Amino acid sequence: MNKIFERSLYPYIRHPDQDKSEATHHTIAIIGAGPVGLAAAIDLTLRGIPVVIIDDNDKVSFGSRAICFAKRTLEICDRLGIGDQLVDKGIQWNLGKVFFNQRKVYEFNLLAEEGHQRPAFINLQQYYVEVYLFERLTTLKNKGGPVDIRGKTRVNKIHQNGKKVHLSLQTPEGSYQISADWVIACDGANSPSRQMLGQDFIGRVFEDNFLIADVTMEADFPTERWFWFDPPFNKGQSALLHKQPENVWRVDLQLGRDVDREEERKPENVIPRLKAMLGEDIIFELEWVSIYTFQCRRMERFLHNRVIFAGDSAHQVSPFGARGANSGIQDVDNLCWKLAEIVNGNAPEFFLESYNTERVYAADENIINSTRSTDFITPKSDVSRLFRDAVLELSADHAFARPLVNSGRLSVPSFYPASTYFSYDVEVLPSISRPGAACPDAIFDNGSFLLKNLGFDFTILAINVEEFFKTLETGPSIKFLSIKVTGNQNKSVKDRFLGDQSSAIYLIRPDQHIAGRWLKFDRQVITKAIDAALGR
Amino acid sequence: MSDLNLTPNFTNADDFYEYLLNAHEGLSKSDSDALNARLIILLANHIGDLDALKQAVDLAK
Repeated sequence: MNKIFERSLYPYIRHPDQDKSEATHHTIAIIGAGPVGLAAAIDLTLRGIPVVIIDDNDKVSFGSRAICFAKRTLEICDRLGIGDQLVDKGIQWNLGKVFFNQRKVYEFNLLAEEGHQRPAFINLQQYYVEVYLFERLTTLKNKGGPVDIRGKTRVNKIHQNGKKVHLSLQTPEGSYQISADWVIACDGANSPSRQMLGQDFIGRVFEDNFLIADVTMEADFPTERWFWFDPPFNKGQSALLHKQPENVWRVDLQLGRDVDREEERKPENVIPRLKAMLGEDIIFELEWVSIYTFQCRRMERFLHNRVIFAGDSAHQVSPFGARGANSGIQDVDNLCWKLAEIVNGNAPEFFLESYNTERVYAADENIINSTRSTDFITPKSDVSRLFRDAVLELSADHAFARPLVNSGRLSVPSFYPASTYFSYDVEVLPSISRPGAACPDAIFDNGSFLLKNLGFDFTILAINVEEFFKTLETGPSIKFLSIKVTGNQNKSVKDRFLGDQSSAIYLIRPDQHIAGRWLKFDRQVITKAIDAALGR
Repeated sequence: MSDLNLTPNFTNADDFYEYLLNAHEGLSKSDSDALNARLIILLANHIGDLDALKQAVDLAK
């Protein structure tokens, strides 16, 4: 077993708050130090907002869990300062193969598009992501960042009163109270915070059971994603094989309904299944085994007065689409700048409602995609299996049928829906960078990438605009970025932001989503758009 | 957006009907069902337009 699970990263240390007669008040408390909680803590710390993180554990999560980190997550992690570490450690893959019964029906290639710094995906065990996030947070703390992580501390009561959230904390040395202006609950799918608030999930739970096993083996399977429908070694079910760093392989085996979960997870039952799949002679070691069912559901609202839910505590999706951890990181990306602007007095408190609107929308998009994948992977009726098999049969010989094959639609960021936070669109500009979109990356002729140039503030990106005012009376900081595009100069900027127009101005939010765009600079229009983007 | 063509459009209706039935000749129920499913997917791709396909599904209900 990998030692990383056993290392105490943030052991319980008695905190001065515990010895005070009155509850200490904090700006923001984060419940849960998983990838979502840690990412939120880093984002807020980098914005200078004081944060305390409370976690009932003191280690990384057990087992590899999330393994597929998408381009958008890597871009967000670049901003948080761990992008290079993730990409260096992770495994890049482009090729996916789909098998049906005995044969390979087709393969697909997630060809990297030119002018993006980050690949479509990397595979990396969740525990590495957590370690890198934790180390990054520690570095920030050591440099004087206003952050504090409290291990082995459990929240056992949440009480909201006026503009304060009161938390009762249980430690190995007894309990104490703190309060906070805002609480971010990132305590996972079984979120105790959600239960303490009397909230529940709405949506679907599927009946099929899946066995998930991570095995360490010296095998020469290529670095590809292999997905089987109805393979000989798992008749009537599905299977997935996917590589992680350090010779760890993710195996997912559909088990069907009504299985004895305790029995199925025993090594004496898991090993024969794996041997049937990988080959009798392959020598492997089980690193982690789990059994799960698909769930596609979310909280009705992610915002409950001053308690904000993010990641799995707010929404759950089935795997095979890399939408769990990835959407959690995008929740953080959406939330933290908004909280910071509110704390700094640049936005009204009700602006946080936009987090609810936008991330509920994104969760619904993920839920729709995951539900459709689940319906394809685990047909619920004779006729759904009939069509599924017809599609797979046709996909072997005909490219036209391949878009219907659904073994998981890989995660891409949502285009947030039109709202008062976004300006009306100038539709003559390329659709990919319309208001609501996550800003596409692009490469400049000097070799630097656009997203790396955006930073933590609003950005005004001016393309072929000669004159504009670099001062705006807006409140929040604004970065100005001016680029020339002529002929083939800065071509990916032209393709993604200009199209056949001669100039453009983009207003990009701190979460790198595009708030508005125009053909010419107009001080009044842009000032208004910034106000609107902040709910003012 | 295009409307589903509901005016007679076969170049030779009788020939098509015979060809369709012949294709099913001698097949078991499950093989016949599978053929129909493949046929629907093939024809649906030929139509392509989602609105037209939805009209077809709704009309067939």
